[in-house]
Amino acid sequence: MATFNVQVTIENKPGISDPEGETILNDLVLRGKYDSVSKIKSAKMLRFTIEENSKESAQLKVQEICDDVRIFNPLVSKVTIDVFDA
Amino acid sequence: MKVGVVVFPGSNCDRDMFHVLTDVFHLDAQYYWHDKGLPENIDAVILPGGFSYGDRLRAGVIAAHSPVIKDVQKMSEKGIPILGVCNGFQILVESGLLPGVLLKNDSLNFMCEWTDLIVENNQTPFTNQFELNQKIPIPIANGEGKYFADDETLKSLQKNNQIVFRYSDVVNGSSNRIAGVCNEDGNVVGMMPHPERAVESEINPIDNKPSSLIFESLLEQMGVKN
Repeated sequence: MATFNVQVTIENKPGISDPEGETILNDLVLRGKYDSVSKIKSAKMLRFTIEENSKESAQLKVQEICDDVRIFNPLVSKVTIDVFDA
Repeated sequence: MKVGVVVFPGSNCDRDMFHVLTDVFHLDAQYYWHDKGLPENIDAVILPGGFSYGDRLRAGVIAAHSPVIKDVQKMSEKGIPILGVCNGFQILVESGLLPGVLLKNDSLNFMCEWTDLIVENNQTPFTNQFELNQKIPIPIANGEGKYFADDETLKSLQKNNQIVFRYSDVVNGSSNRIAGVCNEDGNVVGMMPHPERAVESEINPIDNKPSSLIFESLLEQMGVKN
């Protein structure tokens, strides 16, 4: 068994409005000189510390948890799961 | 005739709801803490507003996993009237008892203001005393009150007459201005505005009678003469 840090990023699916990201883009970043930025999406990040046999099993276990206890609402959100050695 | 008011950690409209049920409409109401079951002899269940679990992760999702929700689910299947107000509505959608989801208001602000609702379905246990299209002046108080459902769900809500209330104006970006929906059987109703804050003339500067009809509908449904 090894310890892994698993980063879960929850963000709105494409097509679901993200007024927070839009406000950060339009009223903060683009207000200055950073006009090369075309999009900002806000998201929520959770970092799990988990004991598992492998990176793959850590990824699968966290995905299972996300689906089982509705860490994200699949109607409007998606999760991205990234595993790192602790 | 007993009405259960379910209390979660962070509920804050439970006492207002209890007061309205008991002092205004003379019903036998009882609080039920979320980690205990509901007794069999309950005739209606209300999930009040508030900030269960401090809205952590997202409004309603943690409370939707509370032990009491399994009993609420069973009661919904038996056809018992169930009303979720504000955070109660959020809990009902997160637990799958009602379709759709509540997202952050378009303004990203916590909105606390009077709105006008339009009654779209007067066949539910909480709307049977209304005329169709009747207007209800009623306050909202939420940060995540924008109702969202995908196009397919919106079509089926319309087809099955599951849209119970709409805002008369665009308030927060809700799909089709939806403010309240019911399940397919019509016995589970969720709404973002707060009827318990609108039924007494002392605290309703506009007109308290329409909001009162929500509770009078429940009395009618339960066969109680007030």
